[in-house]
Order: sequence, then structure tokens, then C-alpha cells
Amino acid sequence: MTTLGIAQIAICLGGLLLLVKPLGAFMAAVYEDRRTWLDPILRPSEHLIYRLCGVSPTEEMNWQTYAVAMLVFNFLGIGAVYLLQRGQGFLPLNPAELGAVAPDGAYNTAVSFATNTNWQNYGGETTLSYLTQLLALTTQNFVSAATGMAMFAAITRGLVRRNAQTLGNFWRDLTRSTLYILLPLSLVLAVTLVSQGVTQTFAPNVMARLVQATQTTSGELVTHQTIAVGPVASQVAIKQLGTNGGGFFNANSAHPFENPTPLSNLLETVAILLIPAALCYTFGKMVGDTRQGWAILAAMLIIFSVFLGIAVWAESAVNPIFAQLDIDQTLTDAHPGGNLEGKEVRFGIANTALWTVATTAASNGSVNSMLDSYMPLGGLVALVMMQLGEVVFGGVGSGLYGMFAFVIVAVFIAGQMVGRTPEYLGKKIQVYEMQMAALAILIMPLVVLGLTALAVVTDAGTASIFNPGAHGFSETLYAFSSLGNNNGSAFAGLNANTPFYNLAGALAMLIARYWLAIPMLAMAGSLARKKKTPESAGTLPTHTPLFIGWLVAIILIVGALNFLPALALGPIIEHLLLGVGV
Amino acid sequence: MDTYTNKSEKPKPARSALYRRAVLDAFRKLNPVSLSKNPVMFIVEIGSAVTTGLTLQALVGQGEAPAGFIGAITVWLWFTVLFANFSEALAEGRGKAQAETLRRARRDTPARKLKHPQRDAPSEQVPSTALRRDDVYLAQAGEIVPADGEVIAGIASVDESAVTGESAPVIREAGGDRSAVTGGTRILSDWLIVRVTAHPGEGFLDRMIGMVEGAQRQKTPNEIALQILLAAFTIIFLGVCLTLLPFSIYSVRAAGAGKPLTLTVLIALLVCLIPTTIGGLVSAIGIAGMDRLIRRNVIALSGRAVEAAGDVDVLLLDKTGTITLGNRQAVAFIPVNGSSEALLAQAAQVSSLADETPEGRSIVALAKEKYDLRAPSVSAGGNTYDGMTFFPFTAQTRMSGVNFNGTEIRKGAPDAMFDYLRQHGQPPPAALQTIIEEIAKHGGTPLVVTRNGEPLGAIHLKDIVKGGIRERFAQLRKMGIKTVMLTGDNPLTAMAIAAEAGVDDFVAQATPETKLQLIREYQAGGRLIAMTGDGTNDAPALAQADVAVAMNTGTQPAREAANMIDLDSNPTKLIDIVEIGKQLLMTRGALTTFSLANDVAKYFAIIPAAFASTYPALQALNFMALATPTSAVLSAVIFNALIIVVLIPLALRGVPYRAVSAAQLLRDNLLLYGVGGVIAPFIGIKLIDLTLVFFRLVP
Repeated sequence: MTTLGIAQIAICLGGLLLLVKPLGAFMAAVYEDRRTWLDPILRPSEHLIYRLCGVSPTEEMNWQTYAVAMLVFNFLGIGAVYLLQRGQGFLPLNPAELGAVAPDGAYNTAVSFATNTNWQNYGGETTLSYLTQLLALTTQNFVSAATGMAMFAAITRGLVRRNAQTLGNFWRDLTRSTLYILLPLSLVLAVTLVSQGVTQTFAPNVMARLVQATQTTSGELVTHQTIAVGPVASQVAIKQLGTNGGGFFNANSAHPFENPTPLSNLLETVAILLIPAALCYTFGKMVGDTRQGWAILAAMLIIFSVFLGIAVWAESAVNPIFAQLDIDQTLTDAHPGGNLEGKEVRFGIANTALWTVATTAASNGSVNSMLDSYMPLGGLVALVMMQLGEVVFGGVGSGLYGMFAFVIVAVFIAGQMVGRTPEYLGKKIQVYEMQMAALAILIMPLVVLGLTALAVVTDAGTASIFNPGAHGFSETLYAFSSLGNNNGSAFAGLNANTPFYNLAGALAMLIARYWLAIPMLAMAGSLARKKKTPESAGTLPTHTPLFIGWLVAIILIVGALNFLPALALGPIIEHLLLGVGV
Repeated sequence: MDTYTNKSEKPKPARSALYRRAVLDAFRKLNPVSLSKNPVMFIVEIGSAVTTGLTLQALVGQGEAPAGFIGAITVWLWFTVLFANFSEALAEGRGKAQAETLRRARRDTPARKLKHPQRDAPSEQVPSTALRRDDVYLAQAGEIVPADGEVIAGIASVDESAVTGESAPVIREAGGDRSAVTGGTRILSDWLIVRVTAHPGEGFLDRMIGMVEGAQRQKTPNEIALQILLAAFTIIFLGVCLTLLPFSIYSVRAAGAGKPLTLTVLIALLVCLIPTTIGGLVSAIGIAGMDRLIRRNVIALSGRAVEAAGDVDVLLLDKTGTITLGNRQAVAFIPVNGSSEALLAQAAQVSSLADETPEGRSIVALAKEKYDLRAPSVSAGGNTYDGMTFFPFTAQTRMSGVNFNGTEIRKGAPDAMFDYLRQHGQPPPAALQTIIEEIAKHGGTPLVVTRNGEPLGAIHLKDIVKGGIRERFAQLRKMGIKTVMLTGDNPLTAMAIAAEAGVDDFVAQATPETKLQLIREYQAGGRLIAMTGDGTNDAPALAQADVAVAMNTGTQPAREAANMIDLDSNPTKLIDIVEIGKQLLMTRGALTTFSLANDVAKYFAIIPAAFASTYPALQALNFMALATPTSAVLSAVIFNALIIVVLIPLALRGVPYRAVSAAQLLRDNLLLYGVGGVIAPFIGIKLIDLTLVFFRLVP
């Protein structure tokens, strides 16, 4: 790895860590309903929203009511996005006169945006009208993220409250997440991105005259090129901050108008990880012991760093097939070395690998390079980051409450080992909590492995696989790992816009999002009712390096046990076969 | 009563008989109905049954793999189930042997049922099983007590060795704290009239038999939670193995080489991955934990209480009997107002001649030892001697004394004595008050002695703190457990003893109400409380405490309110109980960690082997350099079965517990069972592989 690469990674992660505390403290104030410096501007609009929607923000909800409110809101969202796609042909703001989206595709997209997956099986400019983009997708970019954050707040309250029946109010958490956190951050990021050259315009596409005319394969002369522009910066900002990942352009953040400079790349990478990382501090602040938040963040960073190291190392390595072709891949002053296929030279190896690890770790899914062209182990890293259950940063809110399931398992086993009924933050982990944590942890591997198995032995599944062999298996596994963890990242090389993948994918996304959320909410409901055991020397400490290491081990071992056989038949055998030059 | 001696006089079955029975039981437990309660081992049994079928199929020549390979896997899968059953049977076996001894005591005995509770009331001979609650019976010397009950008249010495293993007879009498009798014990002398407190089959002995036999063993909350986690892992691994078949079909097509996975290898992989080590031993761990208690002569009336013992944050300990030796001893005579020490000693001795309490005797002894004052002997029952009239201690006067030759000597608690002095027109002198405060400050109990209404001085009675108790409290503190001493003493005395014994806190002038109040306050703060008790007035507090240990010598209400009964009636044993509870949880946690950590190595053994024909390049993952795919799979399965046997002693004995902080315990156990659990199977599987190759047992 180059010194520059190390510096780029250090600056990005260092900058991220500097922002964790201030943003985390601010978010804690938002969820604890304390006064923030944004109150003078936002309080009136907040109350206006409540009045318009006819909700009473102070009404406390128990976990069931909270879950119902969340589900109703989300399913209404799915319905709205579906109907807008199906009816866009009759609706305004459709200059390209695009027709209705096919039912299975529309359904897949609707689920994808409501579940914060943002898996895209369509080309935006050729499929969706401006109205659909604006009203359906942009709205969901904000509210699906806010849903995750609201759930996080409610679940955290379960650990904070004692002898309590309620977890807060979903409508208030949803509104405050959007208004106080997502909107202001998006505004700041969008304006900064514009300064770097990200376009933000409602002007029509630009026509440019080619310096040298060219011909199409059919012999037609091409003298002009259409350069797509649009209101990009505002979309990119929330796409990154809300761990959405659905890009304005098809090329996503590899496109120069979405991500023009190394600085914009740095800001966007930080934006991917910003809220999930800062929420760890928010968590610590809310439970009254910031060490607990730092401990979880440390566990995330350790896993993140290890896999980032593997990815950078794998992508910096020489591709043996290119080596056979006498292509120079060595590191020189003029050449960054390593596997540059599918990567943007303006970012280089380190920044690209960093982005890829961040975007798969954080359930974002946006890309600044072509994953299908990665070395097998580089692709393996992206795959594994999702298969760990999107708990290393993960989606905004959802990553952290997914992490709680692993914390509960880690605490349960470790707690037994110190000879006490396990407890986390003074709350006893008993039969009900174990049931809920078990439900949350077991469903993901079953969905991912089950649907991959279905895809690789049915004609409907294999028909979409462009690359036969182990790589085709990796692509299919990647698709369902991404969908089954609400990431949305795509490996490419797989035609996923077929009824089979659309419907199976929608099922995976729904289960991944709500099957995880509901048991965790139920667990929070149970924890809130409990008393808090005071800390003593007999209490298992959950903030020490030892516990952090144990948590990391549990996450990695569970992940490895779930997916090692599948990985062996995908990226691992690809790597081994590449090594022997097949 | 205050001894630490471990009574192990109970007959122990011969080891070989124990093992023989456990082996038989291991086969008996193959019954799927009983095995289905343990999801992990149930899956293994189903797998074994399937491979048995595959073996038969292979034997008739249509097998998916050589019959020898499938057969070997089948044999070891059955061994896995049998080993797990054996561990459980072995754990139960120890209890069963004990239960048989107990059952012999419970044999049907004739009972003399009385019409009304008088010794000469008309009676009829009925079998003990016909006795119902509230019936009244008479038991005489040489007879077996027919049912549990409360003594309502009479006094007798009773041999309770059938229940407690303690051969020294105990006194049972009506009223007070020694009124409970247990069915199956034998009256040695005199007689008792007893009201029955339990229906037949529900008596103490029956419950005890149920507990030691494990028949009534209900899964404890933590065990259920663990079973859920294990079930979740089992479901995940079922998914992993089931999907591996389609994956292998695709891979065979993609690579154009090899054959899809055989069912045998899939089942072998599944059994290796699911947590069989902990799943197989979890039941034995629970039973052995109970058994450890029973061998310490503690009967847990609910398994929940054993686990709760490990969680206890606060121990409420009665001062007397637990922290201090039961009786106080006179250590000094301190004269006042010009009276001499010898005079005081003499007066004190004379007034204590008829005092049969240990305190009284220690006063006589001290006077004799210090001033060679020979006490005239006084018959125990009589209260007059040579014209002396003794006034025993009563709750009204709160003093005792003697009158002789016109001399009136009185001794008693300071406040009662001050009243007595004032009645005689003598305000208590300031010097005496100073002495009393001084004694109290040093943890002593002062007794004021007067002659003819004139104060002579004070006797310093001292509580003797048990040897080694301070160190045990220090250990408890390291474990994060707070000790609170309860005493009826005044705050000054209590403070001094608390300091000497090293408890964290104390409650002086404690009444049953303050105890109950204290427990409720602690519980409201989220703490778990353990306490011991024996008196009827302890019953409400015992019922409220999370872990309540009643002394076997205690009253029936106390024994019913408690969830554990200490047959030795040794209050210090509470500390042992806490350790046993912790050990139980630790053993489960350690073996769960070990079991999961093992899986890493098993993957590296089986995955390269399973896909050897499709992707030979995967041999790069064969870190252990196992000889052949057949040997690799077989070695992993054999290791998986043998590790259960290897760990049976640990499961039965329990992970050793040391009184250190939770953080240190976690570090040590993680290192041993976590890191060890990753490394051990790499070595074990390799060794088995080498053995198989050496003896040419694999192709």
C-alpha cells in the first residue's frame, strides 16, 4: 500500500471519529427531547407537522403500538411508491413519456426503497419519470432512514427505562429524525458537494459537439453527445447520509457529476459512515454511560479495519492473469499498481477499497467502482461485510439495533462464564430476550442461503447468471446477501430484473428489514419492564477491551459459521483457481 | 451446629455399579420421545437413523458411498448420542443411589392416630399413607415418625440420620424453633404428639427423593435460555447444510468435475457443526449442580433457586451462629465506685450459679480462672442452694440474680439495671455509663452487677467472631457480593462486631419487620437477596428473599417459606451455595464457548474434503494436512463424539470457581475455553487422522 493510500484512509477515518461525539451528542438531545440549537428554527415546523397530521407527539406507545405504527407507515410507503410507478404514464412531470413500470419490477423497487435497501433493478433515466423519482424515491430516501433511526431510539429506550411499559412515540421519533438530523446534514453536504462540481440544476441535459466525430456500429455518424445533468447534489447527499445508496446516475458515485474529486469522494465516504458511527455515541449518551457506546464503535472499527486491510491488500496485488499477458502492474511513481480494472484512476486503490468496504459495511450500497472486476478476495470482503448481518456500522439505526442482537448473544455466553444470569446495562437477559435475539440472528442466513440455493438450481435463477462457474455463484450469493441484509449493493454480472429475482428479492428485503426490527422491538419492550441491577464487581463489564474482543469474535465466528461453506464455493475457490492460473 | 465438617457417611454405591447402570440407561435414553426434549441430540439421532438406512442401502450394493465409510460414520454418530446419554445417566445415577437410601426410610410404617391431641386419647392403628394433613398422631421411643408434622406436645430425642446423615440425635419438642419432625426419622427416647403438615407423598422426604432423583428436575431459566440459543444455532446449521446440497450441484455443473455431496457427508457436517458438545452435556451439568448441593447436605426445593444463588448481590447474615460463635463469653470484670474486681467477680459468680446459659457458665469459669473462686455446685434443675434463692432471667424483669443471707445480687442488661438502680434511689453513676459504652464500643455486651441496690461494676461479654470468616467476606466482596449483618444488638456493639468480622454493612436492633423491609428495599433497587433463617418469625423474610435457606432444625413455617434446606443447619453454608450456583452457570457458559469455538476447525477438516472431487484446489484449506477426504470427515466425526466423553468429568465436577472479579473470570475462561476451544480440535482431529492412517483404517 502506498503512503498516500494510508494517509487517505487515516484522514477519512480520523475525520469520521472527530465528528462522532458532537453529532452523537446532538442526536441524543433530539431523541431525549432536549432543547437543541436548531430549536428556534425547527420547533415551529415540527409542531405544524404534528398538527397537520393530527398526531399527539407526547402520547407514549408500548412496543406493539410502536411496531404497528412503524409497519403501517412503511406499508403505506410501499403502496404509494408502487402506485406512482404503475400510474406514472398518466401523471405529470413525465417529459420522456415513460410508461408504467412492470408490476414485479415496481413491487421490487417499492419494497427496496421502503426497507432502506435501495437495490435498483432499473436504469433510472429510462424507467422512472421525474415525478416518481421526486415524490416516491426521494421521500423514501429520507423516511426509510428516519424509520431505522426511530427504531433505534425506541430500542435504546428499552435499555434505559425501568419498570416502564412504553418506548416513546413513533411519529415523533420519525419526524425529529428527519427534521433535526437528516435534513440539516443533507443540506450542508449537498452545498459542499456543489462546490466540488457535483451538478445541481433543473436545466435540461447539455449537448456537446464531439471533437472528433465517430461512427456507430451501424455506420451512423455521431457528432454530438448528450451529457446528463440534474438536481444531483441534493440526491447524493441523502443517498450517502441515509445509507440508501441509490444513485442519480446509473454509474452511481463512479460518475464524475456525482463524485468529481478526491475531496468529494472523501466527504461522501465519511457521509456513508457518519450517522451509524455517531449513533454509537448517541446510544452511550442515552444509556448514561458513553463507554458502552465507544465499546460498540470500537468493535465495529476493529472488524472494519481488518477487512479494509484485506481489501486494500487484495486490490493492490498483481492480477496473475494480467501478469501472464505481460501487463505491468507494479507500483511506480506514475502507476499506482494493483488491480485497477473497473476503478476510477482519480480515486486510486486505497480510496476505492475504502469506499467499497464502507458502503458494504454500512448497508449503503453505492459504488465508486465496478465490484465485478475486483480480485476474488476483494469481492469476498464486500460480500462478508454484508453477510456479517450489516452490524458493522450497518444501516442508519438498523445497524446498531442489529448489533444489539449480537451484543445480547455475546453477553449471554460471557455472562454465564462469570457465573451470573447474564445482564446488559443492568437488564437481565432471560428466556424472552434470548428468543428474540435468536429470531433476529437466525433468519438472515436462512434467507440468504435458501434463496441462493433456490436460484442456483432453478432455471429461473440460473438464466440470469452471465458468468458460469464459481464467479456466477459468487454473483448470485452477492445479490441475495445484499438483498437479505438491506444493503442494495450489486455485484453486476447478474440480470436481476426478472420476475424471479424481483419477487424473491422483495421477499428477502421485507424479511431482512422487519423480521429483524420486530423481535428487537419486542425485546426492548420486555427490557423496559425490567428493573435495573446495580453494577458490582460481579457484573460482567461490557466496555472493556476484553468484551470488545469477545463481541468481535462472536460476530466473526457466527458470520464465518454461517457462510464459510458458501464462500468456499464462491470467492475462495475463485481465488485459489486464479492462483494456479486456470 | 457450627462445624464445617462435611458429612459423607451416606452409603456410596460402588463405582462399577454406577457405570454399569449408566451404560444401560444410555441405551434406554435412545427412546426418541425422551430425547426429543433435547433438540440438539434429537437431530443427531435422526441423522444417525438416516445414515443407518444408507449403510443398509450400501450393503445391498446401491450406496452413495462405500458401505465401510457410511457404516463408520453411522457408528460414530450413534456413539455421539450414546455418550451424551451416558453423561446424563451418570449424573442421575449418583442421585438415584441416594434416593434409594432415602426411599428405604420412607417405607410404609404403622401410625398411632389420635382422636384428639392428648397422650391418653383413644387411638387407632393406621398405615402412614392414610394420614392426612391436620391428623394427629403419637410417636413413641423406637418408632419411626410416620409423616412430616409439627410437635404439639412432648419432647423426644430423634435420630434424623436417615435424612441428614448426621448420627447424633436431636431434640424435638413442642413450641419454639425445634418443633418440626420429618417422616422417616426414628424416635430414640420419650414420645411426641404431632400434627401432620403434609399429605402422603408430599412430605419432605418425598420432595427430597424427587429432587435427588432428578424426576422433578425442571429446567432452570438460564438453561432454557441456553437451549433456545442452541436451538437457534442448530436451525442455522440445518440451513447451512441443506443449502450446501444445491450449492454443490451447481458447483459440479460449473466445474464439470466431481459428484454432488453425499447425504452421509452432509449429515456428518451437520452433526459436527451443531453444538453437540454443550447440547449433550447440558443436562448432566444441571443434574450435577444439584448433586453438588445435595452432597453439601443442602436440598434445593427449586432449581431456579440454585441459579438465583449465583446471581445474589446481597447476603443477609444473622450475626449469631453465622458470623460469631453462638455464645458470648465473659472476658473481664470491670469494677466501679471503689468496688474491687475480686468482689465483683465473686458477686457475678454467685449470681450466675444457676445460670445454665453458655454466658452464665463462662462467667463462673472466668471468675474461677482469674480469682480461683470455687463455685459451690448447684443442681441444674434446682433454684435454691444453701439458703440461696435464684431469680432466673425473665422477659419482664430482664435481669437475673440471687438472694442469700439478706444480700440481693442482681445482674442484667444496662438499661434494665439502670431502672432497677433508680428504683433503689441510686442514679446510675457516670463512671458506670462510661464503662458500659467502652465495652459496647469494643463489640462486647455489658452486664451490670449490683449488690443490695449498689452498682459493683460490669461484666464484659464478648462475641467471638468465627475464625476465617473475615477472609470469606473479603472473597465475597471480590465477587461483588455485599454482606449485611443482622443483629438484635445495639448499634454500637453491632458496629464493633461488623468491623471485626469485615462485613460491608449491618443492621442493629433488627426485628422480623426490619428484615422484611430491608429485603424489599434491596429488591426494589434491583438486587437479589439471599438469607438464612430458622425461626417462625424469619418466615416472612425467607419467603421474600430470592434465595432463602432454612435450617433443618428450624420450624415448619421457616422450612416451608424457604427454597433450600440445609440439613447440617450451618448458616455459613450460604456462601458455599452461592459458589455452587455460580459454578453451575460457569460450566454451561464455558462448554458453550468451547463447543462453538470447535466448529472452526471442523469446517477446515470437512469443507476441503467434501468438495475434493469438484474443486481439488480447496485442499489449500486443509491446514491440518489430513490424509484423505474419507479420513478427514471420519476424524472430525470421531473427535466430535470423543470430546463429549473427555468433557464428562468437567461437566460433572464443574468448572472450578475462584473468588475473583467478573472481568478476571471472563478473561481466564475465555482464554481456556475460547482460545483453547479453537486450538484443541485442530490437534485432536489431526491425531485421530494419524491414528486412522497408522492402523490403515481408512483408504
